[in-house]
Amino acid sequence: MKKLPPQAVILSLLTGQAQAALNFNLQSPVTPIAHQIYNLHTLILLVCLLIFFVVFGFMFYALFKHRKSTGHQASHFHQNFRLEVIWTLIPFLILIGIAIPTTKTVLAMKNVEHSDMNIKVTGHQWMWEYEYLGEGVRYVSNLGTPRDQIDNKVVKGAHYLLEVDRPLVVPTGKKVRILLTSADVIHSWWLPQFGVKQDAIPGFIHEAWFQVEKPGTYRGQCAELCGVGHGFMPIVVEALPPEQYDDWLKTQKISLAETSSTSSKTYTLAELTMHGEKVYLSRCAACHQANGQGIAGMFPPLIDGAPFSAGAGVTTPLAERGFWKDGKVVLGSKERHLDILMNGITGTAMQPMAAQLSDFDIAAVVSYERNSWGNKTGDTIQPAEVAALRKGVAK
Amino acid sequence: MDTSRYYLPAPSWWPIVGSVALLTLASGFLLLLQRMPAGSYLMLAGAVILAVMLFGWFGAVIREGIAGRYNGQVDVSYRWGMSWFIFSEVMFFAALFGALFYARYFAVPWLGQASLLWPGYNSTWPTAGPGSLASFTPMAAWGIPAINTLILLSSGAIVTWAHWGLKKDNRLQLKIGLALTILLGVIFIALQAYEYFLADFSLKTGIYGATFYMLTGFHGAHVTLGVIMLVVILGRVIAGHFSEKRHFAFEAVSWYWHFVDVVWLLLFVFVYWL
Amino acid sequence: MTAIALDSHEHDHPSGIRRWLTTTNHKDIGTLYLCFSFAMFLFAGALAMLVRTELFEPGLQFFQPNLFNQLTTMHGLIMIFGAIMPAFVGFANWQIPLMIGAPDMAFPRLNNWSFWLLPMAALLLLGSFLVPGGAVAGGWTMYPPLYIQGGIGYDMTIFAIHIMGLSSIIGSINIITTILNLRAPGMIMMKIPMFVWTWLITAYLLVAVMPVLASAVTMLLTDRHFGTHFFNAAGGGDPVMFQHIFWFFGHPEVYIMILPAFGILSTIIPTFSRKPLFGYHSMVYATASIAILSFVVWAHHMFTVGMPAAGQLFFMYTTMLIAVPTGVKVFNWIATMWQGAISFETPMLFSVAVICLFTIGGFSGLVLAVVPVDIQLQDTYYVVAHFHYVLFSGAAMSIMAGVYYWLPKWTGHMYNETLGQWHFWLTAIAFNITFFPMHFTGLAGMPRRVPDYALQFAEFNMISSIGAFVLGASQLLFLYIVVKCIRGGMPAGEKPWDGADTLEWTLPSPVPYHTFETAPVIR
Repeated sequence: MKKLPPQAVILSLLTGQAQAALNFNLQSPVTPIAHQIYNLHTLILLVCLLIFFVVFGFMFYALFKHRKSTGHQASHFHQNFRLEVIWTLIPFLILIGIAIPTTKTVLAMKNVEHSDMNIKVTGHQWMWEYEYLGEGVRYVSNLGTPRDQIDNKVVKGAHYLLEVDRPLVVPTGKKVRILLTSADVIHSWWLPQFGVKQDAIPGFIHEAWFQVEKPGTYRGQCAELCGVGHGFMPIVVEALPPEQYDDWLKTQKISLAETSSTSSKTYTLAELTMHGEKVYLSRCAACHQANGQGIAGMFPPLIDGAPFSAGAGVTTPLAERGFWKDGKVVLGSKERHLDILMNGITGTAMQPMAAQLSDFDIAAVVSYERNSWGNKTGDTIQPAEVAALRKGVAK
Repeated sequence: MDTSRYYLPAPSWWPIVGSVALLTLASGFLLLLQRMPAGSYLMLAGAVILAVMLFGWFGAVIREGIAGRYNGQVDVSYRWGMSWFIFSEVMFFAALFGALFYARYFAVPWLGQASLLWPGYNSTWPTAGPGSLASFTPMAAWGIPAINTLILLSSGAIVTWAHWGLKKDNRLQLKIGLALTILLGVIFIALQAYEYFLADFSLKTGIYGATFYMLTGFHGAHVTLGVIMLVVILGRVIAGHFSEKRHFAFEAVSWYWHFVDVVWLLLFVFVYWL
Repeated sequence: MTAIALDSHEHDHPSGIRRWLTTTNHKDIGTLYLCFSFAMFLFAGALAMLVRTELFEPGLQFFQPNLFNQLTTMHGLIMIFGAIMPAFVGFANWQIPLMIGAPDMAFPRLNNWSFWLLPMAALLLLGSFLVPGGAVAGGWTMYPPLYIQGGIGYDMTIFAIHIMGLSSIIGSINIITTILNLRAPGMIMMKIPMFVWTWLITAYLLVAVMPVLASAVTMLLTDRHFGTHFFNAAGGGDPVMFQHIFWFFGHPEVYIMILPAFGILSTIIPTFSRKPLFGYHSMVYATASIAILSFVVWAHHMFTVGMPAAGQLFFMYTTMLIAVPTGVKVFNWIATMWQGAISFETPMLFSVAVICLFTIGGFSGLVLAVVPVDIQLQDTYYVVAHFHYVLFSGAAMSIMAGVYYWLPKWTGHMYNETLGQWHFWLTAIAFNITFFPMHFTGLAGMPRRVPDYALQFAEFNMISSIGAFVLGASQLLFLYIVVKCIRGGMPAGEKPWDGADTLEWTLPSPVPYHTFETAPVIR
């Protein structure tokens, strides 16, 4: 465990402070709904404070004036029907007063009709996938904060844990509808400044909408406990003016066409492992750890001969695929290895990655895993092999 | 015997024995879930300890009852206790029924609307879910289940008839009634098992299979328990226990039997029929 | 009469370990419950200290996320099922027979069983830290599909919950029967002390909802191991269905943990105000209304799951409605103090603080009931602040108040008043330092259940952690005060609190092993 020098800690605190002074309230709203929520909260808070001070004014008055030590004699009244009715009715009326504006906001939040564009958002352990419906643009958004910052080896950046490699890009002024689902466990897509928090339930689609008022970069986080990476799957939305957004969408479509051509190229082992390490650290290391050791009882190590014991739910499917025997991990065939990576293991945290990674990514990461931490198979897997496997599945 | 006081039992080992039994059972089950064969031995041991505890504890209660230790107030306590126990059982089944209704009237229709994820899913009940290709024949109401309904309902009537016998001290009517109730209970269980045997779907057949087997399975377990309790009562009747006035053990079991009846009626309507 | 030898418990007093294993005495069992709950309180508190240590600064310093999630999950589970609930059952065991003039609980042997199931459950729950994969890390709410992913520790938790549920059901049936059937002659229902009323209603809630929890975790178990699809969309199930069933248990559970606390407050406040409880009847009706309403508010824990607007509105209105009877209770307590002759011994200090702080928790509850605002605050530190104001400064501090209040009766000794006051002030101040800033971190956007956080939350988290360490340490003082009081101290006499008027104060202190063998007659 490396400890940071104190000045680094102070520096990191200061940068945090420079970013934003102490926050006591909801983040500044940038959508019509978020404005309504902000105002509703202020209203209710004031009502509560008012009641609090009135009611406890009475209590503290009694505590000071009706003390035994001042010689106050106790009265013996213990009933007053009229009083009971009054203090039942008044709160009731106040609550009705709060309920009316609230109901309006609820109905507005739930009205997802007449949207200008639809984005399908899929939660994964532990990243977000965005798909622009009808545009053919789809990509995955990962935590952008380097591991070394989390481990306190380097100074933390201003947007520590709130930065991603590829933000969601949306146009301002347009009603954006998001269709949320999840590939594994429940996640929750939360963007405080938009007033949007919607759980992503696997197998179901739930909708939410927002209309961003001004361009900017807005940050949020996953809000439903989803496993070890829960604190490390932020959401960043970049709101662009509509023209800039259209340009961005065009470049996306072009680069999409380019990446599909990389499958035909042949790479050397060094090229593969170099790219594979990057993919591994961003996508696999959360469970299997950067050193490939996994986590005892939960996530298997990826090293030939490493001991591993866990519940039968984890070890049986591993053994069936030839990756586990007698309490030890064994390195199975590369075909099985690709199968696990691309199709996942149902019922465990290992999810299918085929849809999330490119052919090159998959080829590189499997090559990397089979030639690192003491694994020396010398296997090189080319993107073309992965592409062939995909076609096989499609058949 | 002084029954002006509420009877308070002496310190007893049975409760702690019962706790150890449950811990042993749970530990054995845990090992079994990890596919360790030792688990079944541990579970067997737990079951034996539990049986010993039940014999010992109920035996003590029966001896105290026969010795006339229980005054009217104790009797009322037992009545309250049994009623609230049955209420807790009702709530257990209520949650399972809740799951059935929620799945049927909310979850499955929502899945039918989520065409982005499950294109072409036909969300009509009964269903094994959008991820399943298996086809199955849901259990029809008007075959064995209807016969079973008839059996359980008449057994409920017969146990009441036996109770009338007990109240007028007609021991023959009591014995015949109890024996008939037990017989009908056993037939019910046998038919239920036969029905399971005929079924072409299992616990794993989506939400239909899950709710079907959980509801009927837990009900069947309760019927089995009820039959065992009725057998014990019949044994006690043969041994000459109970008087026309004091026979709460009998009543408790017949309450339980009626509860099992009512649950079955709901099962018949909501699981098989509608 | 028959010749079978049957000992009634007047004649048999085993000593040593046998006394505690086989006891059928409500006072012994009450003591067992209270000791067990205190041990669990300290253990789960230690887990919270570890959590706050990791959260002291941004970055991962001490625990990897997997272990961190185990710590938060087990803290919640143990505090709820191991500390708060058993503590209240301990009070029920000690006090209900004394307060209604009963010779013991209605079913003394079952009473023993309902206690001795708990250590077995605790063994399974705490033992799960030692198995491969460790303890549950999916949050105390056990939501699938995350809960489906875990290892053997998850199964151990499921069985522990089954056993604790059985214990609660047996215990509650016992309490209901005792209250309904064993009251002394003349003690009509509308005369029983408020504490007994609140426990009657609590026990009813327990019998109604613990089986529902048992059902829910049974379905989890079959989904995990036997291929059912209750919570899996591919088979036509729904993960959200678990949440509905869980919170159908979970919300009444919240009141299970707070209603007996209300009962303790309603006993202590009149005593130290030297004035009868104001509005006894309306208190009874308010408690009953809270209990009934608690069955139709559950989905307010799930406003973000995507339920239809009609559902959100229904559960919002019912939730807001609960504020009315809760308000009535607070108003009645203040009216009880009004024009009294108030003195501030430790139990009263705790009680006054509870009213104040619980109300803050009640107000943040009202804020959270408002759907649009809840959408912002759900699963943030605001919620953590809210339920600690309700459960720590509501339930746990009421338990402390009750312990100080009845310790003289139970042990025959006075506790050290000076130390008691120190404990109070340390607890109350440290509690607020710990949890008040969490309202701000939550509003500003910090999600709960994260091992690491963005830099703008650093200051408040550091303050919370410092408060938590002081809060944790102060509870060791509590342990010292209690142990010291059990060992000796000024003799308490029959009635150390001159304003007390319930039945237990007519008995000598310490209370004899058997009391009210002949029922007292209540005028």
